[in-house]
Amino acid sequence: MTTPKTTPEVGGMGHSIKRKEDPRFIRGKGTYVDDVVLPGMLYLDIVRSPHAHAKIVKIDTAKATAVPGVLAVITGADLAKYNLHWMPTLMSDTQMVLPVEKVMYQAQEVAAVLATTRYAAADGAAAVDVEYEPLPAVVSPQKALEPGAPVLRTDKKDKKDNHIWHWEWGDRAATDRAFAEAEVTVKEQIYIPRIHVASIETCGCVAHFDKVNDKLTVWMTTQAPHAIRTVFALVAGHVGLAEHKIRIISPDIGGGFGGKVPVYPGYVIAVAASVLTGKPVKWIEDRMENLQADSFARDYHITAELAAKKDGTLTALRIKTLADHGYTDAAANPSKFPAGLFHVCTGSYDLKAAHVEVDGAYTNKPPGGIAYRCSFRVTEAVHTIERMVDIMAHQLGQDPADFRKKNFIKPEQFPYKSALGWEYDSGNYAGALDKAMQMIGYAELKREQAEKRKRGELMGIGISSFTEIVGAGPSKHFDILGLKMFDSCEIRVHPTGKAIARFGTKSQGQGHETTYAQILAEELGIPAADIQVEEGDTDTAPYGLGTYASRSTPVAGAAAAIASRKILDKARKIAAHLLEAAPEDLVYEPGKFSVKGAPNRSKTIQDCAFAAYTNHPQGMEAGLEAVSYYDPPNLTYPFGSYICVVDIDKGTGEVKVRRFVAIDDCGNIINPMIVQGQVHGGLTMGLAPALLEEISYDEHGNVQGGSFIDYLLPTAMETPKWETGHTITPSPHHPIGAKGIGESATVGAPAAIANAVVDALWHLGVRHVDIPITPPKVWKLLRENGVTE
Amino acid sequence: MNVQVTINGEKLSADVEPRLLLVHLIREVFRLTGTHIGCDTTHCGACTVLLDGRPVKSCTMFAVQAHNREIQTVEGLEQNGALHPLQEGFIAEHGLQCGYCTPGMLMTSKAFLDKHPSPSEDDIRWAISGNLCRCTGYVNIVKAVQHAAAKLRAAVPAGGAR
Repeated sequence: MTTPKTTPEVGGMGHSIKRKEDPRFIRGKGTYVDDVVLPGMLYLDIVRSPHAHAKIVKIDTAKATAVPGVLAVITGADLAKYNLHWMPTLMSDTQMVLPVEKVMYQAQEVAAVLATTRYAAADGAAAVDVEYEPLPAVVSPQKALEPGAPVLRTDKKDKKDNHIWHWEWGDRAATDRAFAEAEVTVKEQIYIPRIHVASIETCGCVAHFDKVNDKLTVWMTTQAPHAIRTVFALVAGHVGLAEHKIRIISPDIGGGFGGKVPVYPGYVIAVAASVLTGKPVKWIEDRMENLQADSFARDYHITAELAAKKDGTLTALRIKTLADHGYTDAAANPSKFPAGLFHVCTGSYDLKAAHVEVDGAYTNKPPGGIAYRCSFRVTEAVHTIERMVDIMAHQLGQDPADFRKKNFIKPEQFPYKSALGWEYDSGNYAGALDKAMQMIGYAELKREQAEKRKRGELMGIGISSFTEIVGAGPSKHFDILGLKMFDSCEIRVHPTGKAIARFGTKSQGQGHETTYAQILAEELGIPAADIQVEEGDTDTAPYGLGTYASRSTPVAGAAAAIASRKILDKARKIAAHLLEAAPEDLVYEPGKFSVKGAPNRSKTIQDCAFAAYTNHPQGMEAGLEAVSYYDPPNLTYPFGSYICVVDIDKGTGEVKVRRFVAIDDCGNIINPMIVQGQVHGGLTMGLAPALLEEISYDEHGNVQGGSFIDYLLPTAMETPKWETGHTITPSPHHPIGAKGIGESATVGAPAAIANAVVDALWHLGVRHVDIPITPPKVWKLLRENGVTE
Repeated sequence: MNVQVTINGEKLSADVEPRLLLVHLIREVFRLTGTHIGCDTTHCGACTVLLDGRPVKSCTMFAVQAHNREIQTVEGLEQNGALHPLQEGFIAEHGLQCGYCTPGMLMTSKAFLDKHPSPSEDDIRWAISGNLCRCTGYVNIVKAVQHAAAKLRAAVPAGGAR
């Protein structure tokens, strides 16, 4: 770690200052959405479909409306009167709010019950009688694309199949040529299963339409309050909801990880119910609703091929993918990229040719395709390349570490233009891998493994040297529903030298109140303790696209630095006025301007702030404020190398992660304590899909993994004691050289674990195992390959 | 039905439906919103409170089952303006991020440390294994509990009981 520029009292970058958020959270004094209670508030509960695909014959609400406390049952037909029964998705597809004709997945919203209490609403939901006529469910995306498969989207007039889109990127001819000329090729089918972020707080809202002032306020579990406001205004403009009359408040959020980006039907129904009744309406989903109906992540069926020379030089990558999107494309990708940033799949390697194709398919499953703590399909990309590189290394009989180092993009190649068109900003991949190997004692582990193998014990060592792509994104290429993906910071310095800073993002546990204050402290020299950070209220915060895809530090963090520098420009003029010197004759160090050559003639930032309101120069506007809407010139490319050691129980098939070393490089570090915490959490959300989590469906479209009984989150027992470290390779284009860290570990960890398992089993003939690597799966593999006890 | 409970030392009563869950009594009737709901099925532990000193998941108990009993919630940890060593430990060791599981973690840990003043790391991991955290990866929660254990031990004379 480089020495911090500021004192611990100022608490700029590099200081592990304690979090500003914590005093309220450890006292149970946070305010989450379900803590919001308004006078006269009503409760909404949702009736959901037991069928994956069915025609709705009749919805009988008589028994439900007879339940004491139930005020109304809202159906698709009710919303259709206002043309609110369908809404657009973020990918410009369409999604039902409530169905009129048919349901498309199990647990889909069918009707909503409005009641005076939570319990009455639930009673009412149980009493709604829905008659269905089941239709054949299309569960597998492969079958969905077969000729003659039932067409699911009968709402789309000209739709004759279940194919959503085809997308491809790269030079097909060059890639095919490279494969034709290749000395060695490997090919693998990799399924990256459907999983769910399962933040411990589920989703919900309190919608309050004030009929007197025509103002709608929605407290909402959203990672992107400003975009949500605009979406509401666009969707419901025709019923009188104008954007200046909509206020979205995203209060404390109990974890987001991407699951709180989309607009779910429950939000919209609650808003509609409040607008119709003029009363506040609360909707909070339960865990089963959350797992079964909210946006899923991943579900990519990948066929990958890698080509190399005999000496182990990688030459080309070719990927075909089938993406199961459920019944609508409700992913949350930038508009131009239907498969997100999947085409960062050449990873950390200097591949000269690559081509990637993705086809989206409709099935009778809930929609999604959102992130699971990752930037737009980056985990899918990293998992594929890291598995394939490992397979190739083993195939050639080369050490996976040496093999990676041979093929890494070298430090002197940055900025590096990848075969698929990305410009990597900076990196030192071998540096991170060397550090990880040293920390874990790689050579010694290899010796131990060789000895154990002689004794028939199964031990594996797995490496993942990933490159992320975060900080979306430059406005030239990145927008969501047309909204450019800038982000913002507005700073007001008060007369006494304290400040407030507001942002277009929204923390869900990342600690923005602390880290953003540290960026300001670094730039302005105002102690972080004197800086209040606010986010999440669209009436007060500047417009921004929100927090997901590790974009807060790369984009809004950059805005914080740029807005601070605007403040300093004005403060410099004020200091010059106070010191009776020319602005260009002043020297700045954090928090202080002094006259060149006369260091004792100086003014602090606090002096300048006071003067901005009490003694500002004639001809200058009073006050000390600035705003920045930062449009990043490029994405940032955090990276790292992880090494995992597993022991496999031959009797049970259980995979035990014995050690896991993670070396991350996120550029310059704002708060080392928080960075380490983000890596710990990210690693655990990497372990989870690698070993435990999957949401699957039977042939009728019945969900499996729809509650915490069978969707297994890691507990403290399964989670290893993470060993972390870092290297620092600043981003050359980011104002403070930072890159983003929230998701690196989730992106990089699964491949390290999977590679370790395959490494333990390769000599038995195992070439690949899909995640989650559960004991039954491994047990079966062992038996198939002749291993008994 | 009338239910009478002592919550964080304060005697409170309410007329409730027999089916009202304890977590809703605490959160919605008595407005102590530090206790959270995460799963409704006893798996996540966000709703953990202490009932007569033992941790229970208040989403899977009826309010009336707590009749005439003593409940401690996260709001009762701070005493006379002094944070509980566990609260200090969670701040010092960065044992929380979004804060949603934290009250449950704190209460489970309190009940555990009350009985096990010198736990091993494995003991702590076992003790908190009924409380899910999606943010921290548990490493720092374990450290926070160790931090509190050390502080509590230092505050108790040798051989003394708590």
